[in-house]
Parts: sequence; structure tokens; C-alpha cells
Amino acid sequence: MRLALAVLTIFVITAIFAPEIAPYDPRVTPQSDTQKNLAPTAAHPFGTDGFSRDVMSRVIYGSRVSLGVAAAAVLLALTLGAAVGATAGYTGGITDVICMRVVDAMMSVPRVLLLIVIVASTGPLTVPGLVLLLGFTGWATTSRIVRAEVRALKERDFVLASRAVGSPEWRVFTAHVLPAIVPQLLVMATLALATVIPLEAGLSFLGLGVQPPTASWGNIISDAAERPGETWWVVLFPGLAVVCTVLAVNAIGERLTASVERRRAQT
Amino acid sequence: MSDRQEPRTNDQRPIALVSVNHLTHQFSARRSLFGAQHEAKAAVSDVSFDIARGETLALVGESGSGKTTTGRAILRLIEPTSGRVTFDGTDVLALEREPLRKLRRRMQIVFQDPHSSLDPRMRVGRSVREGIEAHQIAEGADADARVARALEEVGLRAGDAVKLPHEFSGGQRQRIAIARALAVEPEFVVLDEAVSALDVLVQAQVLALLMQLQRDRGLTYLFIAHNLAVVEQIATRVAVMYFGRIVELADAATLYASPRHGYTRALLSAVPVPDPRVKKQRIVWDGK
Amino acid sequence: MTAPAVLLDVRDLVVTYAGDAGTVRAVDGVSFTLRAGETVALVGESGCGKTSVAFALMRVMAAGAQLGASSHVTFDGTDLLALDERAMRDLRGRKIAMIFQEPAAALNPVMKVGAQVAEVALLHGEKSKRAAWDRAVAMLDRTGIDDATRRAHQYPHELSGGMRQRVLIAMALMMRPALVIADEPTSALDVTVQAQILDLLRDLQKETGMAVLFITHDFGVVAELCSRAIVMRGGKILEDALVDQIFHAPADPYTAELLRAVPRLTADR
Repeated sequence: MRLALAVLTIFVITAIFAPEIAPYDPRVTPQSDTQKNLAPTAAHPFGTDGFSRDVMSRVIYGSRVSLGVAAAAVLLALTLGAAVGATAGYTGGITDVICMRVVDAMMSVPRVLLLIVIVASTGPLTVPGLVLLLGFTGWATTSRIVRAEVRALKERDFVLASRAVGSPEWRVFTAHVLPAIVPQLLVMATLALATVIPLEAGLSFLGLGVQPPTASWGNIISDAAERPGETWWVVLFPGLAVVCTVLAVNAIGERLTASVERRRAQT
Repeated sequence: MSDRQEPRTNDQRPIALVSVNHLTHQFSARRSLFGAQHEAKAAVSDVSFDIARGETLALVGESGSGKTTTGRAILRLIEPTSGRVTFDGTDVLALEREPLRKLRRRMQIVFQDPHSSLDPRMRVGRSVREGIEAHQIAEGADADARVARALEEVGLRAGDAVKLPHEFSGGQRQRIAIARALAVEPEFVVLDEAVSALDVLVQAQVLALLMQLQRDRGLTYLFIAHNLAVVEQIATRVAVMYFGRIVELADAATLYASPRHGYTRALLSAVPVPDPRVKKQRIVWDGK
Repeated sequence: MTAPAVLLDVRDLVVTYAGDAGTVRAVDGVSFTLRAGETVALVGESGCGKTSVAFALMRVMAAGAQLGASSHVTFDGTDLLALDERAMRDLRGRKIAMIFQEPAAALNPVMKVGAQVAEVALLHGEKSKRAAWDRAVAMLDRTGIDDATRRAHQYPHELSGGMRQRVLIAMALMMRPALVIADEPTSALDVTVQAQILDLLRDLQKETGMAVLFITHDFGVVAELCSRAIVMRGGKILEDALVDQIFHAPADPYTAELLRAVPRLTADR
């Protein structure tokens, strides 16, 4: 767990301080072609890609994009999902029915397929556009879970007691129901991150996500798509970055789940 | 406390604080996934009674009797299917949302399970404060002072306000629940099996506390319970419920000395005697 | 006339587990004996350790609970704590049975009650499913479930609380165990149902001669059913005596305090 946190912290710090850490500008392509596709050396620890760009710098800058997009998308998805789920769960009735049918509709389409189709029809997206797309396609699961939690909470004695003592409905909701779902949301956030990071990487790899020359771990790999064997360093290092972050996030998520379960057993 | 007499029949009674007329509540029937009928939720059928100011009416029954449903319906925590509930002359069931919310200050409830009636994530001081804030009785330091006083009145310490519920025992949590109910200075309190889940020593203490608070503040109680021996200690009148109906309603002395209904007699005979020398005759009631 | 044989001999039972603030001694050196056919109450308030004793005897303690090194339990001549899990499984249900507090929680919701009772027989040597079922129905009938043949085909949620408890009792008694440990079997029941279940237990005990270790916090129940009572507090035994003495001449002031606090109908005084 500590290892996971350390790894994640390293990645986050790298992302934030990319300009300071990266040895080269990731976009600059020097005039001469001799720098093309060099295997890792001391000067270029991750080698260079087909455009003579330093891979390490690209990976470092890429972390900003990959992590940033994932974090923002997850934030959007979770907020949206929690809002819909909580409203549906708490209000019940026709609102609940409508919300859940929408959720059902969304969940019936595989997310990757949906993303590909949308990008295919709209053309390449800007980074904010990508965030919105990822966010708006990913809130359905969250809303289901939040709705279930809220429905269970609604029946608890302390919620009834709050109403009985004279608290207005909105207060009952914000003071008692919402705080109770936050731990669960945190867990879902980590797991969602673990899903979205590879998702964005995959999209970018296919050319449907972040567009070059902006570096994302996914599209760095796509540079070597034609000759992965020869320029293995272009594939390996960004790939390792994705794998490491996902593993770290998953480990944190598991730990959070365990602690949430423990707290729940206590109450 | 006024020295009102306890008259025998309803028409001689002073104006009641709480008046329940033909209260009925049906839960919608539910079928499980496999077609079998769910256990019928307690319905309430045509329940009527009055509670005079200052008295303790006990609502006694076993599971399925509808006593808890009745208590919650009176406070309109559930919406009864039909009937009338009057509190100090006001028709409770006809109120709009905001006037109802304001009325809640005068009628409170203490729930049975001390482990679920307090928000486990909230410090108990905040839980007790909630009513004070909701009815704008006080704010800031003044509210804190009231919370401290409320906790002390139920036998806890002012400093306990910052603790979380799980740091307290069941009996202490129930005291906190009582403090929460009393913090808004109600006139009427529904005690929904408030001592049933407590150990016997704690139960005796909390019961004594409730009776003392009643004397000090002139409270009116609806004491919902299933243990007739406990009820005997606190009730002025007793209503016995069976499957949603009241089968007997009398003042306590009469009910305990000469119970009229077969079910009441069966209930009384079922109370175990803490004395191995006493052998009790078991009265079985077949259901009319 | 010699006293009946000692069936259960508990010596210095200690159960500890790791709590939030260090080790907790749930059971702190408990010793007592139980003779064949006796009905003994283990009585105390919540947290006194009585349930931990029961679970320790059945060897179904929570994960992380540890027995003291000097703890020694002899059941029917066998060293209970030294048995391996397989031997213990054989003993459970056959010679020692347990009745739990919450019938709804102890029963499998997706299995017919008849099947659950029959399963006990099948686990302990009955080869024929048909025979096991018949025995189960007979047992359900014995525990006072009317129309047992039909009821055996029902699921737990179709039965009332009292009936579910009767099913649990039937399961416990299937193999005619020598010792039944009843952990608050009537606490979750209505008082009229409780009275019926207590009567049932009393009758069954007379009929089968089984020993009963009755765990409860309710002194009324102790007075009704048990011949001896062991009062516990804080993991230790305060008093161990015949019920008449416990109720009328308690040695420990805490026992006296508890007894004073027990609610009692004036008519019964």
C-alpha cells in the first residue's frame, strides 16, 4: 500500500512538475534526422521516436495529459453519477423510474464502442472535449451504486430521527445521507481511474483520443505501431507508465474498500 | 404538574392533548420474486384513543400488533391511509409541509434501537443540536450551551458532545437519543420501545430517567412496549393491541388487576416471573 | 443415589481477542461443570462474556479469538479443546447442539425447512434421503409445528418467528444430543411465543434427558426453566448456585442489584 501511494505520488509530481523535470521539450524535433529512432542511451534514457523527439520527455509530459484527463473525466463522471443516483434514490417515484431507465439505456451500450462511434462521427476532439466525452459516458455505474446506497440509507432510523426532530428535507439529505456515501464514492473514484487511464491510452493509441503532437501515453505508443519490434522503447516505457499507475491506483482502491467495509461493519 | 383527576370514561375527560380517531393504515401488499406472499406488514385498523396532558398511555402488543406503526402515524412519520390525528386541537394529517415541520417541535420520538437511531458519522453533540438548529431555538454558543445542558440532564457529561456514537454503550446512546428529543422542548414524546433493547440494569435507570423528566417537564408520553411488567411501572392507562386493533383500553390499575380481554390475560400470563418458587398458570388465547 | 455423571467440565476457560485498544479478555478464567440432564443458565448483561463461552465450547469462535493456554474443557470424557476440526464437526450436531438467537439469520433462506432439518441427519450418518426427510418431519411435529408434513416444504420466510425457532430446535435435537447450548433462543420472540418455546424446551428436556446450557440476560426465563444459574460479569463468574439460592439469597451484591432491576408484575410478587 505504501508502495502504491509512493508510486502514484511520483507520477503525480512528475506530471505537475513536467517542465522542470523533462530534459527536452517533447515537441521539438531537431533539424537533423540522425536523432531518429535511437535506442536508449545516456542522453536519451528512453530513446527517441520517429520524429527525433526524446521519449522520456514525452512520457513525462504525457503523464500530465493521461493523468489529467483521467482525473478530470472521473471527477465529472462521479459527480454526475452521484447526483443522478442520489436524486433517484432519495426522491423515488417517477423521477427514480426515469433516471434508471436512462441509466439502463446507457449501460446497454459498451462504453468503448460508444466512444469510438462518437469520435468517428465528430472527428478528433480537443483535450477538454475528450474529458467531457469520457465523463459523460462513464457515470451510469456510479449512479446505480449511489442509488442503492441512498435507498438503503433512507430507511435507517437516524434519517427518520432527523426528520422527526424537525429538520427540513434538504438538511436531512445533506447532513445524513450525503456524508454516508462519500467513502463509497472515493472507492469508486479509484476504481474508475484504473479504468479510464487505460481507456484514454487506448483511444489515443487508436488516434481517437489525444491528438499528436500533444503527448499522451497512448499516442506515444502509436508512433511505433508499425515497427514495435525495432523501436521497442517507444512502446515499453509509456506502456510501463500506464501499467504502473493502474496497479498503484488499484492497490489504493482495494485498501480503501477494505477500510470502508470495516467502518461499515462498525456502524 | 396539575392535579387532574383520572376519570373513567372518555366523555368526562378533559380536552386531550393527542386525539386519535379511526386511524387506519394498510401497507401495500408485496409479493416476493418467487411468488410467495411477503410477511404481512403490521396494519393498523380503526384505532382510536385520547391522551390527556401529563399522562402516559402505554400501547402494548407483540410483533405485528401495529403499535409502532400507530406511533409513527400519529407523528405523521408515515402517512396513514385514513383517520384523524389531532394535536392540541390541530389536525396533524391535514397540515402542509412547513407547518407540520414546525409542529414537530412539540411532538418528538425516541426510537428503539440505540445503535441505529444516531448517525454513526456525526458527533453526538451535533445530533442533539440538530433540532435546536432546525427550529431556530438558538445558535452558536447558546446552542452549544443547550446541548451541554441536555446531555447533563440525561446523565451524561457536556464533554461527551464531541464523541461519536460508537464510543458509547447502548444505554448511553439511548440517553443521547432522549437528549436529542428533549432539546427542542416538546410537550409530547412517543417512546417507541425506547427501553426494550437495553440490559435490565440500564433499562431500569433509563426508565427512571424518563419518569423523572416527565415529572420535571410535565411531559405527555405514548409508551410503546411489549413488556407488560415494564409498562406497569410507568403507565397511567394501557391500550392493548392485537393485529392492528385495540382489544382493550383501560387505566393501568384496572387492566392489571382485572383484565377483561382474553388476549390481555394471555399476555399477562406469559410474563416470566423472576422467582423460581412462583409457578405461573399459562393462559392460552386462541384468537377469539 | 449418586448424582448424574459430569457431562461438561470447564476449567479456567480464557478467550481473548485483539481489540482496538489492546487485548480484550472476553472470558477471563471461567470454570464450571454441567451434569447430564441439568438445565443450567449462564446469565449476565451484554458484554459479560456468556456468548463467548458458548462459542468457545462449540469451537466456533470468531477469527482472531484465542483460547488461553491453561483452558481445559472435558466433554463426556473427551478433551474438547484438543480435538481437530473433523472430530469436532462430528461432535457438533450429534452430541452437542446449539440453538441461536436469531432464527432468521441461522436458517438458509433458499432451502426448505424440512431439508435443513433433514440435512442434520444426513450429515451424521443417515444414508437415505427419504428416511432423513421423514425423521425431519417427525421432529418438526415434535417441536409443536402444526401440519408438519406440509410445513416442511415451506421456506423460512413463510414461517413466523416462533415457528422458525421451533425449526432451529428441531435441527438441534435431531440427533438427540447430550448437551444443547441455547444462546438467547427466545430473546427475539414475542412474549407469548417465548412462553410456548420455554414450555417446549422444558418438555423436551424432560423427555430426552438432555443437558441444557441456557444463555440469557433474562432472569425471568432463568427462573422458569433452569435448576442452576451461573451469573457472569466482565468475563468472570460471580456466582454459581441453585436458582432458589440465586434468587432468594444471592451472594454477590451485583446479582442482587440485577434481580432488583428485573421488571416484575405486581400481581406476581
